[in-house]
Parts: sequence; structure tokens; C-alpha cells
Amino acid sequence: MQKIAIDPMSRVEGHLKIETVVDQGVVKEASVSGTMFRGFEIFLKGRDPWDAQRLVQRVCGVCPAIHGVAAAQNLDAAFGVTNLVPHNGRHIRNLILATNYLQSHILHFYVLAALDFVDLTAAADYTGDDADLKAVRQFLDRGAAAPFLPRYEGDYRLTREQNVRLARHYVQALRMRALAHEAIALFAGKMPHDVGVVPGGVTAGPTADKMLAYVTKIRAVREFIENAYLPDVLTVARAYPEYAEIGKGVENYLAWGAFDEDLHVDLAVRQRYFPGGVILDGKLSPADPHKVFEYVKHSWYTEECARAPAQGETAPAPEKPEAYSWLKSPRYAGTACEVGPLARTMIAYTAGNRECRTEVNALLSELKAKPEALKSVLGRHAARAIEAKRLGKMATDWALVLKPGEPFCAQSQVPEKGAGFGCVDGPRGALGHWIEIENKKIARYQLVVPTTWNSSPKDDRGLPGPMEQALIGAKVKDAKNPVELARIVRSYDPCLACSVHLLDARRNLTGVARIV
Amino acid sequence: MESTVKEIPVVWYQAASCSGDSVSLLNSASPNVRNILIDEIIPGHHINLLFQMTVMAGQGEPVMEILRDAAETRKGGYLLVVEGTIPTAANGAMGSVGEKGGKPLTMVEAVDHLGRNALAALAVGTCASFGGIFAAEPNPSGSMGLADFLRSRGIQTPVINIPGCPMHPDWFTGTVAHILLFGLPRADQLDDAGRPLSFFGSQIHENCPRRPFFDAGKFAKKIGDEGCLYLVGCKGPVSYADCPARGFNNHTNWCIQAGSPCHGCTEPGFPDKLSPLYQKLTEERLARFFLS
Repeated sequence: MQKIAIDPMSRVEGHLKIETVVDQGVVKEASVSGTMFRGFEIFLKGRDPWDAQRLVQRVCGVCPAIHGVAAAQNLDAAFGVTNLVPHNGRHIRNLILATNYLQSHILHFYVLAALDFVDLTAAADYTGDDADLKAVRQFLDRGAAAPFLPRYEGDYRLTREQNVRLARHYVQALRMRALAHEAIALFAGKMPHDVGVVPGGVTAGPTADKMLAYVTKIRAVREFIENAYLPDVLTVARAYPEYAEIGKGVENYLAWGAFDEDLHVDLAVRQRYFPGGVILDGKLSPADPHKVFEYVKHSWYTEECARAPAQGETAPAPEKPEAYSWLKSPRYAGTACEVGPLARTMIAYTAGNRECRTEVNALLSELKAKPEALKSVLGRHAARAIEAKRLGKMATDWALVLKPGEPFCAQSQVPEKGAGFGCVDGPRGALGHWIEIENKKIARYQLVVPTTWNSSPKDDRGLPGPMEQALIGAKVKDAKNPVELARIVRSYDPCLACSVHLLDARRNLTGVARIV
Repeated sequence: MESTVKEIPVVWYQAASCSGDSVSLLNSASPNVRNILIDEIIPGHHINLLFQMTVMAGQGEPVMEILRDAAETRKGGYLLVVEGTIPTAANGAMGSVGEKGGKPLTMVEAVDHLGRNALAALAVGTCASFGGIFAAEPNPSGSMGLADFLRSRGIQTPVINIPGCPMHPDWFTGTVAHILLFGLPRADQLDDAGRPLSFFGSQIHENCPRRPFFDAGKFAKKIGDEGCLYLVGCKGPVSYADCPARGFNNHTNWCIQAGSPCHGCTEPGFPDKLSPLYQKLTEERLARFFLS
């Protein structure tokens, strides 16, 4: 047997590694490993609960806002102020979160994923007068190529005109996502790692000038989403049609939902703009955080760490023999679930959410595709783009119902003893935070983050995680350029830097190959 | 065609990080990201960003070759940028990127090799500068900041610290511009913590727009109140950075202006020394800054 390494995988956040066994060009086995341990759960112990919503944002610099919101909802619950968050606090949290979805989804499609489909070097002979494209041409003329070369070669199918258009949008996307961060900073101080979301609400109220600045910035971002992002996803979909079947994954979906429309203390009753739910074996039901259990047989943690998150422990065991990941294996009612834009879309679509159905059906009819095609690499990109379009509109609506001069933060007390959880969907999917407070200090803090669901290792029964299942059965044309696997992995927008390892059962390739 | 533009090769290595400093770099407004990635960053000079995990097209073995090539054929001629801490626990098993000789290439090994052979190193963000949040007590990953890590291995490559959680992109681009135009900063241009004085020479509290409230004895008692934020935990009196004048996200806002106390995220010892973040600096807490 032979091992071929693609290591590391760039254009994702964090550090991850993937190994697949390939036989005659088809993936037979896949294992996904997180290769970085930082120990949030350990160093949060003993701290002031208020510090949690600042420290946990540092889980991810691409999507910190969702950790701030989940932590604040967790603390709201533990402090008993969930239903006291003022109108302004709820809406400002919603628009901080929505705006970070916009920046994250734009960042993902253009900066992280597009280079697997788009050939930026097509701008080398550009003769028009677009300043960005002229800059790209001059850059290429100079003989410069980093950081855009080297890359996997061999499967760039867009026409020259399409490549040039997407190259222009790539440069524009860089500005648009920064503009979305500026819009968040208006209300939350700075991004990444905002300081605005706190237990009880937010740190600053709205003013008319902030509302104006916000909707103006969002208008430009929305124009980009509607005129560039969505059409570009369609362009890629038409050029790479087989990716509507590749990377199907587990077909079980979980979402906690996001964007509170009320403050009901019972999550099962609370209405959210993106509804929560779980689809198991094609059947939709309400999502219950108590049905989450984490397994650690294949994770570098002691066996005592296999528990429900509310009782979870994090004790590293880097020498554990059968382990291959720093990620635990969260399972819902014992089942591996995909989380993220596709999961949310499947849940809202199945639930009959009118807005979601309208947008999804329009896109499917444009591509002459059936809903089944959503369960794929392209489906994940499309679900993300549709979310961006819908949230651009909602963010504007939420900004315009703010009430200057009215409260934005409820007062709260840290209890001697208490517990809470905050379960809410971020750009990459279902996020859960659990806290236990003793003597006014954090006694236990556990996080189950979206990428842990998607990139989890096998569980105790040997059931592979969602991304592992999506890789199994994938075809690899050229083991030296296994772009197919990169496309599958990136469609999940993993929040971890990946290294992909191919185990080739037959061929011995020079350079990147070695016998294991 | 021979280029007349001087280029400076840059290797940006993410160790144990959240990528927040990379994202902050993408927020750079002037120069913007296009200017940084593609254009001459200042006339006659451009950055050749050889390796940057968040944006580069390549992956796998070809990009590992870039790292090897930089350390060997460009020895002493490239700038190393490190984002994140170096996790030293369990012989480095808690963090790796790529492989070497069939085994995970740990962050410990990579930063040692790249740091040893660099012209100079920039530690971007508070993690790389001082250990930051991932080194918070009890520091389960054995995380170290870059300068401490290199010195512990006898490596004397100059290190410039550009802290902040995340760093402000201007602090990075401004430091790079200084290097391109004037060479590496002299010792008297850095403070005791290895930070450029031009960005980190002034105290937040002295330049705070809420300072008049402090002087008048008007204090916020809870989040959202008007007044100086000292009683709700502001660490401005022990923190050094030009946030009040510069603002984040294209000068849009910054922590105190958004109603949040400063958490001292640019300081050595963040977060432990500055915690609890929302409780006022007591004499005992202040002593941490003067006695250690």
C-alpha cells in the first residue's frame, strides 16, 4: 500500500489532516484529523464567566462573531436574563451575526474556494481598462506568481472571459468582505474579535448616523452578492456540472437555527429567522441539544471525556494509540450529522419555509436541477450564496428597526451557582456552548463547534464523520493533482487548515509518494 | 524581462492561531489587500508573499517545498511572519502543519528552522508576540510566543512584536514599510516588549476620548453608562497602543468608542494579567504590572 501526501491544505482556517485510501482512482477509506490543540475548555476554568464571550471568539478569527453570540446566549441563560435582552440588543446581535455571515460566505467562495475552479492567470493578456485587472496583469508580467502559484494543475474549465470576470470579482470580494467587517465595527468596535456582544445585550446603542452608515455599507455588499456572487456560483455550476453529484455526504442534517425573532427561554419554542431542526433519514424534527453526545475513541483525549457536552471533560492524551484527531466526535442521537449552510437550507426547505423555497427553486430551475442536487459540492456553494442574498436584505431590515435612545443591555448578576447553554448557528453551522458556574467562576465550559461535526473522526462504533463519508467513493483522476478531494473538503468551509493524505492502493508515484 | 522592482520575500507561518491576524490583514484599508498581494506596496518595492495559508492557491507538497526552499536557498534573505503561538507541550505533538520525512512537521520544528534562517521575524498578534490567550493559565498546550521560543533555543534572529488581538493591519504594513524604506528598526525604536514605539508608544488612557470623564470623576457603573469605563474593568491605564487615534476597520471604531472597556489585548501577559476583563484594576492587580 502506498501513501500520497497533500499536506498541508491551504485556504481553510486552522489545522487539519485527511487521509484516504484510494483503489483504482476511487476513495475507499478516509480519515480526517484535527492537528491542533489549544485547550479552550481547560484554560477557561476558574475564570470570571464574563470573560468567556471575549476569550472564546479566539477559537476562530474568520467567524468570531458567532462564538461571541453563542457565549452571550449561554451567559444570558446562566444569569437568567435570556428574556430580558432589550429590542436593540437582540437586533444588534442579529445584525452583527448576519453581517459576519456575509463576510464569511464571500470570503469562502472567492478567497478560499474559487481558486480550485478559476484560473486567475487568464488575466495575463488583459487589455481592457479595469484597474484591478490591469494590476493583476502587471503582477503577472513582472514574473511574480506567489501566492497564486504553485497550484494543482489540469482542471480549469471556465472560458477566458469567465476567468477574467471572476478574477475581477476576486479582487472586489476582498474589498466587500472588509466592508462587511467595517459595518460590524460600527456596532461592535472592531473585527475580528468584536467587543460589542455582552450578557444582557450589547455595549452600545444605535444612532441614526450609525444606522445610515451601516445600511450604506451593506447596500454595496448586497449589490456585489446579487450581481457577482450568485451569478458566479451559477457560472461555476455550469462549467463543473458533475459536482452536483460529488460530495453528497451523510444526508443527515442538524441546525440550531439563528437570528432570534423572540426571546423565549425554551429554545424549542423560540422563533428564529433561520429555523433550527434535524433531518434524520429524511425526516424533519425539532433539534434538541440534549441529544448531543461526544465520543472520543479516535480522539487524543482520555476515555472519561466521552460525555454529553454539559458534562464534558477535555483531558488530552496525545499518545493514545487508536486516536488520530484532536477533534471529538459529536453525534446527534447517535448519528453523524452535517451542519452548515446546506444543512440549514435542507431544514428550512423541508419545513416549507417560503422565502427559502422561493430562492432555492429559482436557482434550481435556472440550472434545470432537482432538489437532490443540493446534496453536493455545488449545493453547498449555492446554499451559501442564497443565504448571503437573504441575509443582506434582512440585515438592512434589522438595522432600520433599531430605536436610538432606548435600552440595549439588560443588567445581570453572576450567580453563585448556575448553568446554561447557547446553541445557535454560525456561518459554518451548528455551534453549542455549555457552561457551569460555581462560586461565581467558570467550573466547566464546553464547546461543540461546526467543524467538529463536519470534520469529526470515526465514533466509537466506527461510523465515519460527515466529511469522511463525503470523501469515500470520490474519484481521483490524477493522484498528483487530487483537486477533486480539495473541492469536496473545501465545500464544507472547514474552519481548520487541512492536510490531505492519499493512500493509493496501487500506484507508486514519485515525488509525493512513499510506502507506508 | 528583468524586474527593476525590489522584492522582499515573506513567509507567513500560522502556528497555533485562530487566523484572526490573517483576517485582520485582509481588512487593511490603506494599502488595501490588492496593494499588498499584487501591487508594489510602495513604489519600487513589492512583497513576494511566498507562503500564506489563508490566501495561497497551492497546497500539499509543492507548498512545503516553498518552506524548505525559503529556509535554504533564501537563507538570511526573507522575512518570517509568525501568527499564533508555538505549542511546545508533548514534544510539539499539539500542533503540526504538513509533513517531513513521513512524520508530521511540528510547529516547533518548523518555526525553529524558519526562524533560524530568516533575516528577521515579525510576531503578528498577541499570541505570537507574548503567548496570548492560548498560553493562558494553565497553558495546556505549552504555548510560547515567538521571541521567547527562539531565544530558548539559542536563536538570535531579530524579532519585532506586533501584538493586538488581532493586530491592526496598519501596524503590520507600517512596520514592513519601515523595513523596506529604512531597514530594520533600531533598538531605540522599539519598547521593552519589542514593539515599535511608533504604534505602541502611547498609553490608551492618556489618549482616551473618555479621559475628561476620569478627570472629572464621572464613572460608568455598568456597561452602557456614560463616563469613564475604569470601574467596569477598563485596562487603558496599563495598555499601550494607538487605538484611540487610529481606530479599527478602516478607522471605523474601536473598543472604548463602542462602549467596551479596553482589555489590554496588546500587552504581555494578556489575558491573565489583565483578568478579570470586566472588573476594575485593584491595587493588587496593578501590582502585577510593576512587580514582575
